[in-house]
Amino acid sequence: MLQHFDPNKDYGTPARLSENLITLQIDGVAVTVPEGTSVLRAAAEADINIPKLCASDNLEAFGSCRICAVEIEGRRGTPASCTTPVEAGMQVNTQTDKLARLRRNIMELYISDHPLDCLTCPSNGDCELQDMAGAVGLREVRYGFKGDNHLDAQKDESNPYFTFDPSKCIVCSRCVRACEEVQGTFALTISGRGFDSTVSPGQDQPFLDSECVSCGACVQSCPTSTLMEKSVIDAGQPEHSVVTTCAYCGVGCSFKADMKGSEVIRMVPYKDGQANHGHSCVKGRFAFGYATHEDRITQPMIRDSIDQPWQEVSWDEAISFAAERMRAIQAEHGRESIGGITSSRCTNEETYLVQKLIRAAFGNNNTDTCARVCHSPTGYGLKTTLGESAGTQTFDSVMHADLVMVIGANPTDAHPVFGSLLKRRLREGAKLIVVDPRRIDLVKSPHVETQHHLKLRPGSNVAFVNAMAHVIVTEGLEDSAFIAERCEEQAYQAWRTFISEPQHAPEQTEAITGIPADELRSAARLYAQAGNAAIYYGLGVTEHSQGSSMVMGIANLALATGNIGREGVGVNPLRGQNNVQGSCDMGSFPHELPGYQHVADDAVRSRFEARWNVELDNEPGLRIPNMFDAALDGTFRGLYCQGEDIAQSDPNTSHVEAALKALDCLIVQDIFLNETAKFAHVFLPGSSFLEKDGTFTNAERRINRVRKVMPPLAGKADWEVTMLLSNALGYPMDYQDPSEIMDEIAALTPTFTGVSYDRLEELGSIQWPCNESAPDGTPTMHLESFPIGKAHFAITEYVATEERSSRRFPLLLTTGRILSQYNVGAQTRRTDNQVWHDEDVLELHPHDAEERGVNEGDWLGVASRAGETVMRARISDRMQPGVVYTTFHHPGSGANVVTTDNSDWATNCPEYKVTAVQVVKVNQPSEWQERYRNFDEQQQALLAKARAEGRGRKSRSRV
Amino acid sequence: MTGTSVKVFIPRDTTSLALGAEQLAAEFTAAAEQRNDHVQIVRNGSRGLFWLEPMVEVETPAGRVGYGPVTCADIDSLLEQGMLKGEQAHPLSLGLAEEIPYLKKQQRLTFARAGITDPVSLDDYQQHDGFAGLRNALAMSAQDIVDAVKASGLRGRGGAAFPTGIKWQTVLDAVPTDLSGQKYIVCNADEGDSGTFADRMVMEADPYMLIEGMTIAGLAVGATQGYIYLRSEYPVAHQILNEAIAKAEAAGFLGHNICGSGHAFQLEVRLGAEAYICGEETSLLESLEGKRGLVRAKPPLPAIEGLFGQPTVVNNVLSLAAIPFIMDKGAQAYADFGMGRSLGTLPFQLAGNIKRGGLIELAFGLTLRELIEDFGEGTFSGRPARAVQVGGPLGAYMPESQWDTPLDYEAFSAIGAVLGHGGVVVFDDTVDMSEQARFSMEFCVAESCGKCTPCRIGSTRGVEVIDRIRNNENREANLELLGDLCDTMIDGSLCAMGGMTPFPVQSAVKYFPEDFEPKTADGGV
Repeated sequence: MLQHFDPNKDYGTPARLSENLITLQIDGVAVTVPEGTSVLRAAAEADINIPKLCASDNLEAFGSCRICAVEIEGRRGTPASCTTPVEAGMQVNTQTDKLARLRRNIMELYISDHPLDCLTCPSNGDCELQDMAGAVGLREVRYGFKGDNHLDAQKDESNPYFTFDPSKCIVCSRCVRACEEVQGTFALTISGRGFDSTVSPGQDQPFLDSECVSCGACVQSCPTSTLMEKSVIDAGQPEHSVVTTCAYCGVGCSFKADMKGSEVIRMVPYKDGQANHGHSCVKGRFAFGYATHEDRITQPMIRDSIDQPWQEVSWDEAISFAAERMRAIQAEHGRESIGGITSSRCTNEETYLVQKLIRAAFGNNNTDTCARVCHSPTGYGLKTTLGESAGTQTFDSVMHADLVMVIGANPTDAHPVFGSLLKRRLREGAKLIVVDPRRIDLVKSPHVETQHHLKLRPGSNVAFVNAMAHVIVTEGLEDSAFIAERCEEQAYQAWRTFISEPQHAPEQTEAITGIPADELRSAARLYAQAGNAAIYYGLGVTEHSQGSSMVMGIANLALATGNIGREGVGVNPLRGQNNVQGSCDMGSFPHELPGYQHVADDAVRSRFEARWNVELDNEPGLRIPNMFDAALDGTFRGLYCQGEDIAQSDPNTSHVEAALKALDCLIVQDIFLNETAKFAHVFLPGSSFLEKDGTFTNAERRINRVRKVMPPLAGKADWEVTMLLSNALGYPMDYQDPSEIMDEIAALTPTFTGVSYDRLEELGSIQWPCNESAPDGTPTMHLESFPIGKAHFAITEYVATEERSSRRFPLLLTTGRILSQYNVGAQTRRTDNQVWHDEDVLELHPHDAEERGVNEGDWLGVASRAGETVMRARISDRMQPGVVYTTFHHPGSGANVVTTDNSDWATNCPEYKVTAVQVVKVNQPSEWQERYRNFDEQQQALLAKARAEGRGRKSRSRV
Repeated sequence: MTGTSVKVFIPRDTTSLALGAEQLAAEFTAAAEQRNDHVQIVRNGSRGLFWLEPMVEVETPAGRVGYGPVTCADIDSLLEQGMLKGEQAHPLSLGLAEEIPYLKKQQRLTFARAGITDPVSLDDYQQHDGFAGLRNALAMSAQDIVDAVKASGLRGRGGAAFPTGIKWQTVLDAVPTDLSGQKYIVCNADEGDSGTFADRMVMEADPYMLIEGMTIAGLAVGATQGYIYLRSEYPVAHQILNEAIAKAEAAGFLGHNICGSGHAFQLEVRLGAEAYICGEETSLLESLEGKRGLVRAKPPLPAIEGLFGQPTVVNNVLSLAAIPFIMDKGAQAYADFGMGRSLGTLPFQLAGNIKRGGLIELAFGLTLRELIEDFGEGTFSGRPARAVQVGGPLGAYMPESQWDTPLDYEAFSAIGAVLGHGGVVVFDDTVDMSEQARFSMEFCVAESCGKCTPCRIGSTRGVEVIDRIRNNENREANLELLGDLCDTMIDGSLCAMGGMTPFPVQSAVKYFPEDFEPKTADGGV
């Protein structure tokens, strides 16, 4: 039964899924609801709104406020309707004199310990306590206000985004329960008892010092202004709101942008968001201030060379300057001498347009995207084995899993909202295997503990996954029926012979992976025999020289055990960026047109040629690393880079910098002067996700609408800029609205034929494939067959990476992410998230620290064969000896100066996760850092000059 | 010791220890040795005649003769005057212990062994019918055990008086939600009511009876793990229970294979969190799980989702302690005692301003006046008794006009009073009932878990309103407000803590209105 609920209404208790329907009478109205539903919710569904305070439909019933009391015929007393499940034939009265008196008297007790400052209270107009006081008709407080109270309780303003004012607290525990049930962090509790009960972060600590991860669930659940966004305190209540999609990670949370005119007052996770169901993390919930940060560049700029000052110019000037330069390069160096990089941060429509511009206007296939450096092996590996370049499940599928294996992913930091969902399932009893060199938070956190933490050595993934398969095959744990029915026989037999070979036995691979053989065997048995076993993986799988092999190895495991094609199972890449799935879907790769259709396929190409009215190159173009190499060779001289900071995010920074410097024309389209833009000749101001319409596609293939909540600061949305550039290059583009671009995508992409803005409006979101055979989209893939018919087992021979520890570089560096910062940090560094992580540090094991005489906070030189940088030490037993770790959120820390140009054999995805390094104590920044600082200062000065001149010009023109 | 030694019983329960029994035992032993008297000291539990504690008993061919209350100063004269031969010349002589009228008039089913046996002696226990009920139960099906408990009419002795057999049936029928299939037996030994001590006496005097009762409960519902949630203020009971559990396990009465039957039952004592509210069964479960003692909303009933979400029997010590008798002597033997729907016996605990405080186990049906006058022999102060609070701090204050009410769940309920756990606290005519009403609210302020609003805020406001009444501020309006507040707490509270706190307040106002009148200048009414 599909029932739609009003996402803006709180039904008091969660919906129950039951086939058994119960009919009861509430105030004489017959109401039918699933068994297990509370009386409170049943009434709410019939629009009989019983007053309530401690109940909220994202939390289990608690029964503390007692305001929702009802009378039930044949029963004693006045039970709370939130904790009373419906029963057939029950006759409930929600409005009687007795109840009215009881509710009013309880409210009188509440208000006897509550400040009477409604008119100046930040939640005035949006306060459930106020609403309920009105609803129950409270007219006086006979107790007076001189009794014992909490009115002098001190405010805690330590968190940058919200305040905690305990004088307003009604101790409903909604915040505590949200922290436990929704977020799963257990940072809040009630301390004291009776009248002294107070909400306490940690052990009466300030919020900032507690375990709180600032997900905002507590703030959202607070019925008063006890927990309140500082932005609302400053600006007052919003006057309208727009539902849109977060532009941080690949979870793709839906938010309500609460607005005052064109100013975002707050972002509130949207209850009807099908990826997040009303939950959020610190980034999406609070870190949106970058969109209006003073560093935003809103004026197009040009310059002849990178040592010259920028010149602010009009859009027309900038576009013609760019177009002329690109055409000139092509005229001199040939059609192939320029290319472009699409953005995983921009919308599907924008990404589609950029690759279209490259293929149609540049006339070549030199298009690539940042997925190259993150999930390109996923595309390759899953397409080869399962026939589609995407994860197989919805996020909600995890709630049906009996066992979850997390490989090389750190969801509680990098995909926090999914991390919370996963932890909820684990608290329900699902088992967990974590495969990671580091002790990530999932290994042990409140009420979550992994059954196996397989601490493998960086670079040994494929040996590990082969050993798992070996145990499954040799111990007879395969799902033979599934294999016989769903998998290609010949490939399976070949794989079976291969994987049965003794070198894959865990006793053999132990020396490579460091995972004890008996532990690996029990993990393999657990995975194979769990019932529903699901694999979630991240960049710890893909960013290796054997990334593609590992992805295929994972698919092999799922196939061998029949863990594909239903809820609760599957192979689930956790995509890094908001639209990395979409950018891949949209044909950003040099060899594939939208929908992963190969450029060499004449039939495919001719459809695009007909629609685009242009002849297309049938040869795949350059990948990002090829572009850098070609730039240094002098054969590649012009690049259009939209919304990606390759100078910071790509490996071997010195090499990248040299390549960028070698370009004749670098066009950067971004919201900030990012690291790459410092090498640019044309700067086209970008628009943030708040300033445009479009769609993002998340890690579960879910196409979500992005809606414009404010006008573009620079006057144009990114898709409009690409259109201008294309037109200037002589290839006409004329879209009035992004929906027209989506219509074109749908017409050309077999997996998107059913997608349109109207359908998105209707369904909320759509998981592709969405076409005639799946008009409402496809939540779970491969239910009955694979796009390639039968699934294909792939041979995954383990080949050790060349990057290994040596006497000179005895440690292995692996890089990753942290909760508060996002990717290159361009956004989050321009928010108060800085309080949690204002510099990248090098984590190392106490043993490695002691061996080098390193103390916490010491400056460390980190050197690899690629380069050297300096960062501070953090000594942590999360690490295993011999492995060090850092993040790359701050450009000056130069994490990627150290990473090498080793890459995946199939896709060139860089091997960020394994770099042999040496670490020594130092007392000054590295040579690269000195250079970086000088260059940065120079470029900032050139920008400042341009801005000052621009301001001068404007003020003169006003005179 | 030689075979000719004389058995001397010196109690080791908390009351006797508080009255110097430890020192007494040591000095008694030394004195006997010095006199070359061969004695075997047995540290028994208390028989519950507290004004006589420490009551020392000597085993004689005629039976056990008692002396008490004995202090160290009395030892020499007692020994001198032929105590070890049972001679009765000494002023502290009490004659045959069982003939002491206070004891003789009782109907001791649950407390049949209390004070008689060595609490940690398995032999002693078995020689006094111990484990006979368990052996019978092992030969029965789970359903038959549950049926027997139902037939006995036993109702929860913790205060709520819910039929124990029906609770067990629910747990027997409940399907565990997790794969372990675990069900639990939890004994509520967080005895916190003012004036109560029956649970402690069971655990200190006859711990094997509780162990046996819990084991039978485990057999009845299919639970293999039991916990005794013991208030931490009972260190002596803690020590005795642990010793008894260890011995029972070593002898095969607990563990993986009970009496060779193939049935398993493990038992563990957990110390409470020093909070009255943890005696409320759902708070107790939370506390037992390692969380704050916070009341859970019902449903789900603990019988269906209890400890760690699994089907759980939560029974009071006295309920579980009644089981071995029922299973040994038969359900009917138990049901033959009592009246109406209150069958069996209730161990009443007589305390407060009373001359003869102690434990009185009797079938339901006698009157409060009989308890106070026949057993208690009036107040300790000698002044007229004025009010009696039955059933702990949440029980109503009863004026003399109600003292002829039979001690029976239904009869008490009919007049707005509660029997509860059987605690009876007596006040003489110097009591200020407005102060007692204030104390009831104050107790709730101190002990409320803070979850539900009527209890959390209401109790604090209750103290304030009563203070205003006592200060004659806006008296009429505040009395009305107090009435409203009491109704709000009764109707609105989540559990009995807030829901019953008004009972003593309302009864004080109703039956002792003069104590709420403005005080005259000379302090009189």
